[in-house]
Amino acid sequence: MATPLVVSEVFKSFTMHLRDGIRLPVVNNANFSVASGECVVLGGPSGIGKSSILKMLYGNYAVDAGQILVDHRDRIVDIATADPRAILDVRRHTMGYVSQFLRTVPRVPALDVVAEPLVARGVEAAEAKDKASELLARLNLPRELWGLPPATFSGGEQQRVNIARGFITTHQILLLDEPTASLDAVNRRVVVEMIRQKKEAGVALLGIFHDEEVREAVADRILDVAQFSPRKVAA
Amino acid sequence: MTDTPLLKVNSVSKFYGQRIGCKDVSFDLWPGEVLAIVGESGSGKTTLLNCISTRLMPTAGSVEYRMRDGNFRDLYHMGEAERRFLMRTDWGFVHQNPADGLRMTVSAGANVGERLMAVGDRHYGKIRDTASDWLTRVEIGTDRIDDQPRAFSGGMRQRLQIARNLVTNPRLVFMDEPTGGLDVSVQARLLDLVRGLVNDLGLAAIIVTHDLAVARLLSHRMMVMKDGFVIEHGLTDRVLDDPREPYTQLLVSSILQV
Repeated sequence: MATPLVVSEVFKSFTMHLRDGIRLPVVNNANFSVASGECVVLGGPSGIGKSSILKMLYGNYAVDAGQILVDHRDRIVDIATADPRAILDVRRHTMGYVSQFLRTVPRVPALDVVAEPLVARGVEAAEAKDKASELLARLNLPRELWGLPPATFSGGEQQRVNIARGFITTHQILLLDEPTASLDAVNRRVVVEMIRQKKEAGVALLGIFHDEEVREAVADRILDVAQFSPRKVAA
Repeated sequence: MTDTPLLKVNSVSKFYGQRIGCKDVSFDLWPGEVLAIVGESGSGKTTLLNCISTRLMPTAGSVEYRMRDGNFRDLYHMGEAERRFLMRTDWGFVHQNPADGLRMTVSAGANVGERLMAVGDRHYGKIRDTASDWLTRVEIGTDRIDDQPRAFSGGMRQRLQIARNLVTNPRLVFMDEPTGGLDVSVQARLLDLVRGLVNDLGLAAIIVTHDLAVARLLSHRMMVMKDGFVIEHGLTDRVLDDPREPYTQLLVSSILQV
């Protein structure tokens, strides 16, 4: 089976220059990989570095050392050292990310927010909007909201817009940062089903799920992040 | 991904006497890429923008631009006439103060049409149609086509300036604090407009701003300047989510949350 995502000997710390330059190590020697069609769930208590790992993989956080290898258009890109242009290309074509919170842009309607990743890949606007409508309907977002900018939506509504945006593409790697945190049971089940379909389509998924029921339903294996945490010394 | 940059900036420095304007700045810009230059007042960002856009002669360094024929030309070894032609057609420059980029005493339609005439358009009807099309794109009612920008609000003037710059299908646009001086609701509208146009037209852009939210919204890449030096440079998300340099950390932590 193909392994589109490999993380090898990754270290990450923050240096807080405004706090007398103290150094906070957050990830020590992370090693793991995610195969196509597999959903790996990052496990461990809050603050152990789960979100930091996702942010490093997506290029939002810099990496001190190590490699993050992504299978991108028949070659391997190391996110840890790639230039911004290469990272943006990986995001456009290979790796998607559903963040915990939607970063809203003033004036852009929900439907366009969802369709955007497809349009960025060169899909016709009408086709992208059809696909976006399909996803929003599936996630039970009231139709009268589709034409409105999501800034004033409730948390759960924004999250569904965010999920639809993340799931609309055929990206081969999908990072999920608590996508079901503010959803009701019905919509959680919709998301679980969507994840199952992504797995069937051969997508490699890596996520954080605090909801036990969802985690049970989607996880092929749970990766204990505590083993990469510099704070484990006491254990 | 095309593999040739549009613009190559090599070790550009500008000194005002002994004082540093900007020092040793190098970067490449690719088609469709938006670069934000951020930093506080006096950090050298506008000096740098002016050096790159040939509005100001750098003390040292070179700037090369890939012409439509595919060849790179050193902007400072170009004839004045050729450089002016480039600025009028293949480039746009959006000033913070619209009055610097518009002709305030000719009509809105003429402000847009003038750039078209510079590239050789002579058919009045066609020019007027294109101008009115562009006014619509920047959300100015076509009934205002014969009004002078003096009669426009600040936000409308800025949108008109953008239309004037984009009408010739430039490949590279420079923007100096395009939303400075506008109130927030007008800013939001302008940002959304610029973002849409940049995406639709595949423009490359260099945007100078002190507003990190503007940089986050519009740019792919970000350069942080302090005292004339580029102190941090990277993917916009990375610079804002994981700032490395003390000064960048200070900037990011100083953003007011709403």
